[in-house]
Formats: sequence, C-alpha cells, structure tokens
Amino acid sequence: MDLRKTEENIFKGLMIASTLAIALCTGLILVTIFVKGFSALSIDMITQTPKGGFYLGKEGGILNAIAGSLYLASGATFLSFCMSMPVVVYMNVYAKRNSGFVSLVRFFLDIMSGIPSIVYGAFGFSIMLLLGLRASLLLGIISVAILIFPLMCRAIDEIFKMIPDELGDVSYSLGATKFETGFKVLVRQAMPGISTAILLSFGRAIGDAATVLFTAGFTDSLPGSLLRPIATLPLAVFFQLGTPVAEVKERAYASALILTIIVLAISIIARFLCRKFTVHIIK
Amino acid sequence: MDLKSHISVKNLNVYYGAEHALKNINIDIPDRRITAIIGPSGCGKSTLLKSFNRLVDSIEGVKVTGEVSVDGENIYGPDVEITHIRKKMGLLSQRPFPLPMSIYDNVAYGPRIHGTKNRKVLDETVEKYLKIAHLWDEVKNRLNKPASKLSIGQQQRLCLARGLAVEPEIILGDEPTSALDPKSSRAIEERFMELKNDYTIVIVTHILRQAKRLADYVVFLYLGELIEHGPAREIFENPKEEMTKEYIKGIIS
Amino acid sequence: MFEKRIFIDRTAEKLTFLMASLSCILLVIIAWGLLKRSFPIMEEKSLADLLLTSSWKPLKGNFGFLPFIMGSLYVTAVAMMIAVPFSILTSIYLSEYAGRRIKNAAEPVIDLLAGIPSVVYGVWGILTVVPFVKYLAGLFGVFTTGYSVLSAGIVLAIMIFPIIINLSTEIFQSIPLELRNASLSLGATKWQTVKFVLIPKAMPGIIAAIVLGLSRAFGETMAVLMVAGNVAQTPGSLFDPAYPLPALIANNYGEMLSIPLYDSALLFAAFILLGIVLVFNIISKIILLRITRNTQ
Repeated sequence: MDLRKTEENIFKGLMIASTLAIALCTGLILVTIFVKGFSALSIDMITQTPKGGFYLGKEGGILNAIAGSLYLASGATFLSFCMSMPVVVYMNVYAKRNSGFVSLVRFFLDIMSGIPSIVYGAFGFSIMLLLGLRASLLLGIISVAILIFPLMCRAIDEIFKMIPDELGDVSYSLGATKFETGFKVLVRQAMPGISTAILLSFGRAIGDAATVLFTAGFTDSLPGSLLRPIATLPLAVFFQLGTPVAEVKERAYASALILTIIVLAISIIARFLCRKFTVHIIK
Repeated sequence: MDLKSHISVKNLNVYYGAEHALKNINIDIPDRRITAIIGPSGCGKSTLLKSFNRLVDSIEGVKVTGEVSVDGENIYGPDVEITHIRKKMGLLSQRPFPLPMSIYDNVAYGPRIHGTKNRKVLDETVEKYLKIAHLWDEVKNRLNKPASKLSIGQQQRLCLARGLAVEPEIILGDEPTSALDPKSSRAIEERFMELKNDYTIVIVTHILRQAKRLADYVVFLYLGELIEHGPAREIFENPKEEMTKEYIKGIIS
Repeated sequence: MFEKRIFIDRTAEKLTFLMASLSCILLVIIAWGLLKRSFPIMEEKSLADLLLTSSWKPLKGNFGFLPFIMGSLYVTAVAMMIAVPFSILTSIYLSEYAGRRIKNAAEPVIDLLAGIPSVVYGVWGILTVVPFVKYLAGLFGVFTTGYSVLSAGIVLAIMIFPIIINLSTEIFQSIPLELRNASLSLGATKWQTVKFVLIPKAMPGIIAAIVLGLSRAFGETMAVLMVAGNVAQTPGSLFDPAYPLPALIANNYGEMLSIPLYDSALLFAAFILLGIVLVFNIISKIILLRITRNTQ
C-alpha cells in the first residue's frame, strides 16, 4: 500500500518537475533575449538603414530588415489568404458533407504543413533557376505564401467545420446560393477564428528564415520594388551574428529582440481579437 | 374534408448510404392547413421535412428516388433551380439560428439576396414581418444590435420573421418549439394559428399535445415508413392502424 | 432565364474546386520540381554513392551525403531523448493532475514556445546552451567549442516541446471520463489509472505526436545551423560538432551556382529531406485518422 503511494508521489513529482522545467526554459529564453537585446537596442536601430561599415560596427540600423519583413509577411499572408479561402469554401460549402475528396485535400494539407521551410526555400530556388529569375520580394512572398498556406488553410477550415450545419441550412432555406451562404453568412460566423488564423500565419511568416534565405535575398536598402531583393529580420539576425565584430553581434541580439517583440505582440493581439469579434456568434 | 394539395410526395425513398431512411412515402400535404408529422425520434420525420426543400441531398452518399412536387413541379427534376424552390419555403429549425448579423440584417437578408436594394422597401419589409412575428415592439429600438443578443424565444420569432420575409407559400417547422420555454412555445404556436390562413404549414413534432392543438392534418411515421395519414380528428380519435393507436396512447414512443 | 447570382454561384463552385484540387497537386509539384533539379547529380553518381559515402569535396566532384545524414540522425535522436520524457510527463500532468488555473497559465506559455522564430532559438542557443555544453564537457574533461550535437539536440528538444505536448494533451483529454472513473472505483490510485488505463489507451496518439515532433526536428534548419558546429564528418560523441542535412542546404546557397553539380546536389538533399519528412508525417497522420475514426 505504501509502495503505491510512493510510486504515485515519485511520478507526480517528475511531472511537476517537467512542467516547471519547460516553463523555466520559456522564461529563460525570454529573459536572455530581452536582457541581451535591450543593452544593444537604440533608436538608430529601428529608424536607420545600414550605413557604410555597418557590418564592421559603424553606424546604422536595421530599418531595412524591419520594413522588409513587414512587407514580406503582409504580402505572403495576403496571398496565402487568397489561396486559402476558396479551398476552405469549397471544402465546407460546395462539397457534400463527408465527401471523400475533401478528406483527401485535408490529408494533403496536413502532411504539407509538416514540410520544413528549407524545402519550400529550395523549391522556390529551383523555380528561380527554371525561370532564370533572381531573388526578389515577389519570389519571397510567393515562397512564404506557399509555406504558410497549408497551416492557414487548415486553421480556417477547422473554424468552418465547427459552424453548425443548421446555420448553412437556414440560409439555403431562404433561397440563398452556396456562394451567398459561404461569403455572407459563414464567413461572418467564422470571423474571429479567421482573424486569429491570419495573425498566427503572419507570425509564422515573419519569423521564417530558411525560405527567404533562398528566395528574397538580402539588401541594405529599404524595399522599393517587388522585383528587387529585400532584407528580412531573421536574416539580419543571422548575418550580423555571423560577423566576428562584437558590436555587430550585440546588434544581432537587439534584432532578435525586435523580432521577438513583433511575434509576441501578434500573438497577444490574436488572443484579444478572438474575444472581441464574438458579438454575432451564437453559442 | 376535401383538400387541395400543395406538396405532393410520390414513391419517395431516401437512403443514407446503406440505411434506408424513408421507405416509399406517398402523401399529399394540404394547402393552407397545418400538417403535423408525428412519430418517435429517429423515425425519419426530419428527413421527410428536409426532403421537401432538398436540404437532405447536401450530405455525401444520400440517394433520393421518387418525386416531391410543389405546385405541380417536381423539385427533384433535372432542370430545377433549387434556390427558387427554397424561396417558396421558410424553415424554422429546432434551435433558433439567427444569422451572424444584426436583427435588421437578419430579416433583410432574404429580400436582399433576391434583389431588393431599396432601403425604404427593406425598412417596410423588416417592420411588416417583425410585426407579424410579434417581435417588432420588443426590438424596434435596437434593430442594429446583434441578433445573438436576443433571448432564445425572441430569436425563434426573429427566425420566423426572416423566413416570412422572402414571401414563401410554405412554412416548414422542424420541432420549432423544442428548445423554447412554455411561454415562447405558445407565442410560436399562436403565430402558426394566425398564419395558417395564408400559408401551408408543415411541422415535425414529437409532442402529441402540440399536434392535437395545432394540426388539421396528421402524418404518422414509424421507422421510415408511413403508417397512417389523414385529418387530425380522424387520426387522434379513430386511428385505423394498431401502431398509431399504440403511439397515441403512449405505448410505443 | 439568366440570373447573375446563379451564374456567380456556378462559376465559384468550379473555381473553388479547381483551387482545392490544385492544393493537392502543389505537393506533387514541389516534389517533382526538386526531383527534376536533382537529376543531373543522379545521372553522374549512383544512389549508394551519394547516400553511403563520406567524402564531401564539391570542388573535386565528391558528394557523399553520409556525414550529413548521420549528423541529422544524431541531432534528432538526442532531441527526441530529451523531448519525449519531458513532453509526455508534462502533458499527463496538464491533462490529469493540474487544476484549471495551472492549465490556463500553461496554455499561453506553450503557445509562446511554439511561436518563437527559429532564429531566436538559435540566438538563445548560442548565448546559453553552447556555453553550458562547453562547461558540461569540461566537467568530463572533454574540450569542445560547445557547438555540438548536444547543443543542437537541446535547442531542438525545446522547439518540439509544444508540438508533442499539445497533441498528446489533446489525446489524453479525448479519453472518456468513464474510463478513469471505472479504474478509480476499483481502488486504483491516480498514477495506476494513468499507467494501466490511460497510457495504453493513448499510446497510438502519443506515438503519432512523437513522430510529428521527430519530423519537425529532422527538418528544422536555422536554429540547428547556428548551434550544431557544421563540420562535415559523422559525429563520434555528444560533444562533437555535427552538420545536419538542412544546415548543409542553408549554408551553401551562396556558392552553389559557381561549382558544377553543387546546386543539383543540394536540391537532391532537399528532395531526400522532403521524402523522409513526408514519410514521418504520413505515418503520424494515418495513426491520428485511425484514432478519430475509432472514437466516432
């Protein structure tokens, strides 16, 4: 009897220890990034583009990368959304309930969402070779859009799946077409979920480095044209960290902090929006 | 009682995959009367109701054979535009499902998709049908508030107004009072009694007393088969089939 | 009679169907695109030559992928050895033992962990894990820079915690309460219930979660690239550097066009990576589909 108690306590202890360890890791990551990043953070970092000798420790900032990342992530999120909505509407509105084809599409999307971003980058690169293009904002947007498409599509799909069938039936019974039902009724009902999915995809897009490494290139100037390379925050972190100069490494930490703050802000907004958009939702 | 038929069902069979949900149904639903479809749960009542506006065939693997004619037109015919058929019928579901928009937009949704753009006409339509549903006085000052904020009884009356706003000829009710409190249920029943002079009403119900209160005509289904149908008085007072007798006495349920 | 709204509806049906079909074909296009670019190297070398030899000298035309494949395997194995016990214990704690307040607090923490970009993990790895591993190796009398299999494994383990925890917590919570009550009412302790009833019941789902985490760890690029050390040889110990496959691809994108066959070799590596990850993902997905089908 006592032995059972002891075993119970040992394992409960282990579980609590693991949970604490994971929480501690998260805390440690945030503290490290914040402490290291803050000491190198300055107004110049976020308002200036790199000046001559920036990578040797001279003046400048990473505005090019911040702007580039925002352009790239917005473009990719928008494109991916435009790809996702028709697929979601087909799966949940046009296709019959329990359709085998829809299960197949979901299966493909699920296995695609596990493909590493470096593979999408390599694919983007092979497209570049095929068409004889050079790295550019546009190619970066397309590659990252393909990267986040399966995730976004399935996230929105899950939201639509949770909408009760009766809501669609109500609209059909008023003589609405599937198009009207999908885009005027179901989209509204799914709005909180859709906005969360969009923001989370944006967070994924802005943090991704391996895809843009091949396809978006890097530059010291602000983004100007879709057909020119752009700088991105993750790569700015990576490249600055790769130099032997101490000041530049410090700036890499500050850049990592900026990236982390953006990603954190997005996930907080996503949680907030999710609550705010629920006025029309019946439960 | 000589009744003109509005919906006429001939040799209707519905299969969910291997399951034979409705077996060779033949009935005529009388015009401008309340018809109640009764029977134990799982007997195919809702399936029969949903086959009237073809909501059944949105499920993969559903097969429908036979004919359902509305105003003499077979709605399962090859060239039928289903949105036109559905416009002729308003549906009240078990739980009220307001659309995710304001009270006003809920009622205006139907007229809008069918092409009414004029704001004044819409205003009049919304007011007219909210009055018919006896909801106008309760909501006239908050038409732009989300419909989800209404009480569940108010929501069901809103759904009724929304259904009527597309000017249907038929009202289908799928246990329309089962989620409501007694007072709200009575409000809905009273609306049905008022409306039956202008509309053909078909309701599915498992509450026998409700069927007795409302129905002019009764259809009794058991395990997908049509056991008996006829004027309400005959079915309730003098059923021909043993099974109907037992159901009405409460022996089978 | 022509009606605009009906026409729009019919057109939209066709277009959305087309998009849905395209999203399936997308995977095939990606695989084919990479495969096509790998042909030049596959014509020059046999598959065994590429996968089973260790000499990596692109300038001389030697492309032996073995050290990179082994590097990936070692790093992933270490990551799994750390991640699996921690994640499973945590998910049992969160689904069976923890109160509502702890659960509510844990959810954003895990989401946060999942949302941190891999470059940031890399920076953190360099700042914290690498010095820690260097110090640890010193205790054993081993000299290392700290950029090693162990560092990469630790960082990867933390990165895949959220994947395994979220999925297996979901699996545990989908087990009906009656099953727990049945066991508890026979006088079993909570841990015995977990051990003899819940874990066996949840096993397929746990495996699916682990395989998914494994696949994620195998393909992770930037964080690994930053802490693994990147020396092209099969690692001999935990403290040796490794050069996993994704890191190889990412690290050489700049030079690959100047050396013959180099681009083909790297895209071949990407193709191999895609193949391995797809196998893992498909296994995991099929297990999960089985589970949902059985519970319905």
